[in-house]
Amino acid sequence: MMEDLSSYPLELGGPNIPMVRFMKVRKSYGDLIVLDNLNLDIAASEMVTIIGPSGSGKTTVLRMLMTLETINGGVIYVDGKPLTHMPQNGVLVPADARYLRKARSSIGMCFQHFNLFPHMTAIQNCMEGPVLVLGLSRREAQERAEELLVMVGMIDKKDQHPSRLSGGQQQRVAIARALAMRPKVMLFDEVTSALDPEVIGEVTNVIKDLVFKHRLTMLMVTHQMGFARDISDRVCFFYGGKIEEQGSPAELFSNPKSKRTQQFLSAVKAAD
Amino acid sequence: MKWDFAFTAEILPKMLWATGNTLLAAGMGYAIAAVIGLLFALAQRTPLRILTYITREIVEFIRSTPLVLQIFFVYYVGPEYGLYLSPWVAGMIAIGLHYAAYLSEVYRGGIESVPKGQWEACTAINLTTMQTYRRIVLPQALPPAIAGMGNYLVAIFKDTPILSVIGVAELMQAANAVGGQNYRYLEPYTMVGVIFLVISLTSARAIRWFEATVRRKLGMQ
Repeated sequence: MMEDLSSYPLELGGPNIPMVRFMKVRKSYGDLIVLDNLNLDIAASEMVTIIGPSGSGKTTVLRMLMTLETINGGVIYVDGKPLTHMPQNGVLVPADARYLRKARSSIGMCFQHFNLFPHMTAIQNCMEGPVLVLGLSRREAQERAEELLVMVGMIDKKDQHPSRLSGGQQQRVAIARALAMRPKVMLFDEVTSALDPEVIGEVTNVIKDLVFKHRLTMLMVTHQMGFARDISDRVCFFYGGKIEEQGSPAELFSNPKSKRTQQFLSAVKAAD
Repeated sequence: MKWDFAFTAEILPKMLWATGNTLLAAGMGYAIAAVIGLLFALAQRTPLRILTYITREIVEFIRSTPLVLQIFFVYYVGPEYGLYLSPWVAGMIAIGLHYAAYLSEVYRGGIESVPKGQWEACTAINLTTMQTYRRIVLPQALPPAIAGMGNYLVAIFKDTPILSVIGVAELMQAANAVGGQNYRYLEPYTMVGVIFLVISLTSARAIRWFEATVRRKLGMQ
C-alpha cells in the first residue's frame, strides 16, 4: 500500500535544521519489521553512536541512509532536503535513480569488511570517485588522496594493493576513500568488527581524529563500548527496531534507565 | 597403406592455408561470441524483467539445440526470408551466437563472483551503473572467467569443422577435398588431427599464462 506522503514537508525549514532526520521511517522484509516508526535527528557536526543487540536494526539505519536499502515508510532528510523521496508537483514521491544519485553525494560510508577495490592500489582506491564522480583532474585527485592517506597514516603504502595490507590498514584506506568524496555525513558500520584486536586502535584513533579535529557529522554502529563512550556526543540504544533509550555517553553508560539497556550493557561488560 | 611423405609435402601448403581459414573462423566467431555473450549476460542483470526473461529464453534455446542445425538454419532458411548470406557470414553468425550463449553463462558466473560489498562501495562513492561495471565489476569478473572463456575458445576452434557442411573452406573441408581428389585420406586427416592437437594444446597453455598475468596485473592472487 502506498503511504500518504502529503503530511511530510518538501524541505525542512526553520532554525536548527538537522543534518539528518529520520521521520517515521519504517523498514520491513516481508512480515519481519526491522525498523518501526523511527524518528531520529542528527545535528550538524554531531557524533552519534548506535549500539544494541544483533538484529535490532542498527546497521539497517546506516544502510538506509546510504541508500543501500529502500524504506517502506516515512522519509529521510539530509541537510534539510529529502533523500529517499523527491518533490514532484508539490508532494513527495519515491526518489528515482537520478535524484538518489545526487542526494546521496553528501553521504560517505565505511564498511565492516572495508570493500576496497582489490584490483586498485590504495591511492587508486582514493582517486576513483573524485575523478569519475566529482570530475577532478587526476592531479587534483592525487593530491587530495595523498593528503588523506597522510592523515590516516597510510601514505607509505599508497602503491600497495589491498591484498598486501592488513585489515587495519585496509580500513584506514577505506576511510580515506570515503573522505575523498567530501561527504557531509560519514557512516561507520562496525568498522572494527572484522579486525584483529591489536589493530583496532589504529582505526579508532583515525576516527577519533576526525571527530575532534574535523567536526564532520557522523553516525556509527559499533560494539566497542569504550570507544563509543570516548567519542560520541550521543548514544542510541536500539532494541527490536526502535530506539529504546538515548542520551549522552555518560548518562547512558553510567546510568541507563531502561531495563533492556541495563541488561545489554551488563551482558557486554561480562563478555569483555 | 604406408605413409607417403611426398604426398604429405605436396598437400602441406594447402592444409596450412586452410588452417589459416580455420583460425580466422574461430577468431571471428569468438570475437562475435565474446561481445554478444557480454550483452546477453548484462541484459539478464537489468531491472527490466521482460528483457531478462527474453534473454534467458534465447540463451536456453541456443544451448538446447545442436550447432549444426543452427548453421543450417541461418544458411538455408535465411534466404526464404530474403536473407542471403555467404557461407562465411552465415557460419560466423551461427557459431558466434551459439558460443555467445555459452560465454554469457561464463560472464554471469564471473560477475556473480564479485562480492556484494563491491557494489555497495560503488554506491557509497556514487559511481554510475556504467562506471561500476566498467571500472570495478568487470575487471574483477574477468580473472575467474578466463579459464571458462579459454575452454570455449578451444571448443569453438574444434567446432569449426562443422562449417564445412555449408562449404566454408576451413581445414576439414580442405582435407576432404584433397582426400577425394587423390583417393588418399590417411595423410590429410592425420594432418588435421595433428594441427588441431598442436593448436589446442598451445592455446590451453597460453590461456593459463594469460590468466596468471591478468591476476598479477590486477593485484589479485
